[in-house]
Amino acid sequence: MDLQAIAFYTLATILLAAAALVVTARNPVHSVLFLILAFFSGAGLFVLLGAEFLAMLLIVVYVGAVAVLFLFVVMMLDVDFVSLRSGFAQYLPVGLVVSGVLLLEMILVSGAVAGSGAASKVKAVAPTGQSPPGMSNIEQIGRVLYTDYVYFFQAAGLVLLVAMIGAIVLTLRHKPGVRRQDIADQTARTRKTGLAIVKVVTGEGISE
Amino acid sequence: MDALQTFWATPAGWTLVTLGEVLLVVVGVLISLAFLLLADRKVWAGVQMRKGPNMVGAFGLLQSFADFLKFLLKEIVIPAGADRTVFLLAPLVSFVLAFIGWAVIPFAPGWVVSNINVGILYLLAMSSLGVYGIIMGGWASNSKYPFLGSLRSAAQMVSYEVSIGFIIVTVILLTGSMNLQAIVEHQAGGFWNWNVFGGGLEKNWPMAFVMVPMMVMFFISALAETNRPPFDLPEAESELVAGYQVEYSSTPYLLFMIGEYSNIVLMCAMISILFFGGWQAPFPTPFLSDWAPMWSGLFGLVWFAAKIVFWFFMFAMIKAIVPRYRYDQLMRLGWKIFLPTSLVAVAVVAGWRIFTSV
Repeated sequence: MDLQAIAFYTLATILLAAAALVVTARNPVHSVLFLILAFFSGAGLFVLLGAEFLAMLLIVVYVGAVAVLFLFVVMMLDVDFVSLRSGFAQYLPVGLVVSGVLLLEMILVSGAVAGSGAASKVKAVAPTGQSPPGMSNIEQIGRVLYTDYVYFFQAAGLVLLVAMIGAIVLTLRHKPGVRRQDIADQTARTRKTGLAIVKVVTGEGISE
Repeated sequence: MDALQTFWATPAGWTLVTLGEVLLVVVGVLISLAFLLLADRKVWAGVQMRKGPNMVGAFGLLQSFADFLKFLLKEIVIPAGADRTVFLLAPLVSFVLAFIGWAVIPFAPGWVVSNINVGILYLLAMSSLGVYGIIMGGWASNSKYPFLGSLRSAAQMVSYEVSIGFIIVTVILLTGSMNLQAIVEHQAGGFWNWNVFGGGLEKNWPMAFVMVPMMVMFFISALAETNRPPFDLPEAESELVAGYQVEYSSTPYLLFMIGEYSNIVLMCAMISILFFGGWQAPFPTPFLSDWAPMWSGLFGLVWFAAKIVFWFFMFAMIKAIVPRYRYDQLMRLGWKIFLPTSLVAVAVVAGWRIFTSV
């Protein structure tokens, strides 16, 4: 058995075990940590396939940003473990139906790819015969993304922008009466505007 | 001799060679860290007109090793309510992630453990993972100060990663490669070809007006990313005791600290590679082609080390002379100033590359 096979089976085993532990771990924080382990092993599998760019993106985006937010939210939750486990039997049928549908879809898709269905016409991103030798897969992805699929790429960017603006609009509010720091105001302050010399008569004080 | 050559080509031989390289880099970095730590303390002491550590060995040179022994020999205290596994895993994660980035750093022409095509993305990915050690440590301590410290730290690191990413994109646009070795080779032929001055290519000098500010921003973001003063809010002692490390003692604390310093030196190495030509000398070196690869390699290593030490000195000076930022100022700097500026810089560099070159 060569090194690549050993690496594949190790990573795949860790991936499956971590994925199983994500659902079965009692502590939600442990679940998220196992999820991170699963992402990591997935990135390792991408590297084995020679798609190192995708592997790095998976780590930067999912492990470096998305999972951090997950961890944030889960840590902030005040979790009651007893009540968490009580609903298990109740949700089991729904979960089984959803996973059954997912399984069916996956079987259909992989059948279509393997057989002579519609998906068999889909080519790999860069067939080995066409790409110039010495071209890394980042360049290949870049070429495909910015030439053939440039409109879809831009559209995806727009969708994300709209989502971002939506999130900001939902959370941004200006309450009256809250004192905020205005840096331009602060730096524009001079001796004239900030300082007043008042002659105080003894025993009378200053009235506003 | 031939038998040996064929052995190195087999999987077993390859594994042995790689293991040896990894050991060499890790031990080399660890020993340099011991002296850089001392240098940090000496610079700090010098600014405050103290002598700094000067008792162990000549000029206190062995101080770090004495500290190391002391950390190892003390008892590991684990808080009663702590999540034991995660509590002990956190410093390990911190330590390993801080060292894993060194795998792609080119120390000299050809002297690199793993010369991968996405080296720079790999570095970005590994530095973005550093936050996990801190979050896990803060949460597992089951105590409010570490938890607050780790939350602060996570928000801070995630914020500054964005601008670091954009700054790195400007460098990638100038050099046209994500391979660190290629980025360094691109800056050959003297300091006027370094990326900080526009990355050579004869007529790229106007880009210096973009790249010098980018270099400064990268340095400031690196300070924030490594939780160094003036951005050391996760461990602001006047507010949070010592942040996420409050409950840590002995070896776990040592692992956190070594990880932190390794990250700092890694950031220094990144600045040197991205903006200051890595192992390239600041003058043209046509004479190197006559030298044996061993000696030209050492020549490069010396320049690279000199650049790292210079940037580490800057880190130490900043720690000594700049007061700590307030948290909202830190967030404002990251999101409202660095992010838009670096985004504009990416657009400017991309436009320059399209409209001036072939």
